[in-house]
Amino acid sequence: MTTYSKLLMSAALCLAAVGAEAKTLVYCSEGSPEGFDPAPYTAGTTFDASSRPVYNRLVEFEKGTTNVIPGLAESWEVSEDGLQYTFHLRPGVTFHTTEWFTPTRELNADDVIFSFERQRDEANPWHQYTAGISYEYFNSMDMGSLIENIEKVDDLTVRFHLTRPEAPFLANLAMDFASIMSKEYADQLEAEGRMADLNQQPVGTGPFQFVAYQQDAVIRYHSNPTYWNGQQPIDDLVFAITTDPAVRLQKLQAGECQIMPYPAPADIEAIRADGNLTLMEQPGLNVAYMAYNTQMPPFDNPQVRRALNMAINKQAIIDAVFQGTGEVAKNPIPPTMWSYNDEVQDDPYDPDAARKMLEEAGVSDLSMKVWAMPVQRPYMPNARRTAELIQEDFAKVGVDVEIVSYEWGEYLERSSATDRDGAVILGWTGDNGDPDNFLGVLLSCAGVGEANRAQWCNEEFTDLINQAKTTSDQDGRAELYRQAQVIFKQEAPWATIAHSTVFMPMSNKVQGYIMSPLGSHQFDGVDIAE
Amino acid sequence: MIRFILGKLLYLVPTFLGVTIVAFGFVRVLPGDPVLLMAGERGISPERYQQLLEQLGYDQPIWRQYLDFLGRLFQGDLGESLVTKSPVLHEFLTLFPATVELAICAILLATLIGIPAGVLAAVKRGSWFDQISMGAALIGYSMPIFWWGLLLIILFSGILAWTPVSGRISLLYYFPEVTGFMLIDSLLSGQDGAFGSAVAHLILPTIVLATIPLAVIARQTRSAMLEVMGEDYVRTARAKGLPWRRVVGVHALRNAMIPVVTTIGLQIGVLMAGAILTETIFSWPGIGKWMVDSIFRRDYPAVQGGLLLIAAVVMAVNLIVDLLYGLINPRIRHV
Repeated sequence: MTTYSKLLMSAALCLAAVGAEAKTLVYCSEGSPEGFDPAPYTAGTTFDASSRPVYNRLVEFEKGTTNVIPGLAESWEVSEDGLQYTFHLRPGVTFHTTEWFTPTRELNADDVIFSFERQRDEANPWHQYTAGISYEYFNSMDMGSLIENIEKVDDLTVRFHLTRPEAPFLANLAMDFASIMSKEYADQLEAEGRMADLNQQPVGTGPFQFVAYQQDAVIRYHSNPTYWNGQQPIDDLVFAITTDPAVRLQKLQAGECQIMPYPAPADIEAIRADGNLTLMEQPGLNVAYMAYNTQMPPFDNPQVRRALNMAINKQAIIDAVFQGTGEVAKNPIPPTMWSYNDEVQDDPYDPDAARKMLEEAGVSDLSMKVWAMPVQRPYMPNARRTAELIQEDFAKVGVDVEIVSYEWGEYLERSSATDRDGAVILGWTGDNGDPDNFLGVLLSCAGVGEANRAQWCNEEFTDLINQAKTTSDQDGRAELYRQAQVIFKQEAPWATIAHSTVFMPMSNKVQGYIMSPLGSHQFDGVDIAE
Repeated sequence: MIRFILGKLLYLVPTFLGVTIVAFGFVRVLPGDPVLLMAGERGISPERYQQLLEQLGYDQPIWRQYLDFLGRLFQGDLGESLVTKSPVLHEFLTLFPATVELAICAILLATLIGIPAGVLAAVKRGSWFDQISMGAALIGYSMPIFWWGLLLIILFSGILAWTPVSGRISLLYYFPEVTGFMLIDSLLSGQDGAFGSAVAHLILPTIVLATIPLAVIARQTRSAMLEVMGEDYVRTARAKGLPWRRVVGVHALRNAMIPVVTTIGLQIGVLMAGAILTETIFSWPGIGKWMVDSIFRRDYPAVQGGLLLIAAVVMAVNLIVDLLYGLINPRIRHV
């Protein structure tokens, strides 16, 4: 499409918005999207700009929660053995009509099958539609080996056959990589020999349709006039890409945008004091931890790990590093997640007892490494400072700490090695709100050498996790996860450090914004007061 | 003159080859790689890691990767970004006009203020103007760009509300890109107020980016002028009874300009470095910000392609400066 036709298109859309007073919401986003096809990417910034405004999924996360609710599928059934999921698609859903695509039919089972087959089947022409593409989320959620095949029962019914029962499967389908694309649009792109445009000019069923992207500067959307879930209160949605948090705040205060993510922790107080701004906050679905290498002595002894945990003054870390924007973690999952076991008692901060326990375990003159990440992450504002505090705490119980750090990519790789020495500071942000996404990925035997940085393989724990994964009843699963958290605390493969708080400053005029516990930013249903 | 130009052009060949090695080697020397960064906290199994490396061609020996890169380069192919999957050349050309526009404004500002200030400071050596302007130049030269930019935003956009905070034009204006230069495109758009908005958005980033070159040019002009003013021919010109203005403006300034032009040429490199920070703070969609993002993501094709193109631009500008130099000072052509 030429730039002129883009212009005409947007002009037409603006006219459609009735009168000169189109309501526009400007979001000062934190970075550029990598592309507009969500499936090949893993970054939240990309999902905020692609899957959340433009696309829908079979099932969705209910706003503000991690509950799975109907999306493009009105209803579904799960077979007794948990191996078949049958989805009944919502009739009458249309894909966006844009300058570059006009749908001739409504959403049907072919679209659903296409959306998954292109990620699953290496022989599918869309599997490698542009050079070097890969589907890391689909792969890392193990969808390839989980889905045996996808069957079109009729135009509005689609059935997934699984190779094993897997309770988190539904939640996985609400994730960004599972966004439903138009098969008809893909066919058109293929026929026109411009398959790569799937990643540049998205067409979905979502609340907003894509208008244009000026690289690294502005993304424009217009509300979808035929959205199946109702008309949007605003006419236009604009992302003004602003990477620096201090500049984002200046723009917000100057009225150049109405809402922004990720304020700098140091600015929180100023935002609270600004009468024109509202500050929403929510505990993040995350955890920051320090993982011992449980395969290397003396950290193979749970008593040593617990003793060290008791030597850490976690509240001091919350105060100094998180500047109060977080809470002490006692479990590996955050308190907002279902199955969180509040009865678990955290190890008390007690250096004297810790020293005694170390002596009992026969550990003296211990020297160890503590790894500090070189980057800031949503769950950890400053790993180096955290490591320094831990170094001071450990010195009090006679443990000498050397702080090490590597470049981020190398840090991630080296910390995965089973023969790595010392304890690694790292963290995790939930993908789909399912406890398995924390406990299974980060702590089960299958994750050793990869995401399980404690290299901790406890059969009893892993059995509970696996059992929960194949149990379909949520109460039953929650009980199994609660038991797993008790074992985790006794065995102490990690020092659980903190759950950070997520902030969202916005103009007082913004109405109806709901923070997602999963950290995504979505603007359907959001209005601006005149 | 033609021999002089050809000689200069010939020098560029080995320089350019050297640049290809540096551009290719630079990102690969950095620890970490794109696959690991993409996998993040989740980690990646060794098998999958190997598979992805093969898919991207990074399992090949390094010399073969370099030769592939060179081979494709000679066909004008810089490859595709690992992240956006778009051709690197296309991304560069999309973003480059924004950087050029900013850089031209900055160098114009730096030159138009820097040279007169330097001349005046030299002529009125030791005066309060000399003291203040050279003091200011020293401060400007040592100012951390990021801090300076934020300071200006807080003062002029936040407190005084005179200028917009960031971006290239108000979001109210939306028109097709014709040249990529916002000042021109906003005029072509014919929309009321678009040009004014583009100018307003340029003011602060131009000041920030111009600060260091301005300081350097002013100081260089002053010292070159002082040196020339002490020369015999200047004294002779004055003794002949030529008007003071003519002595300073023609006899002294023209000769003093030789090192100043060189300095201005060298500032292009400084501008590119400054653009990285200036663009980041003002959300200016240029190549500086794009390069930083690409480096952090270890986007090999984008980084090596971008470095190469930037180097080519800097080389071209330096060539032009060399030629100008020849024009100002005919003796140089024969050296």
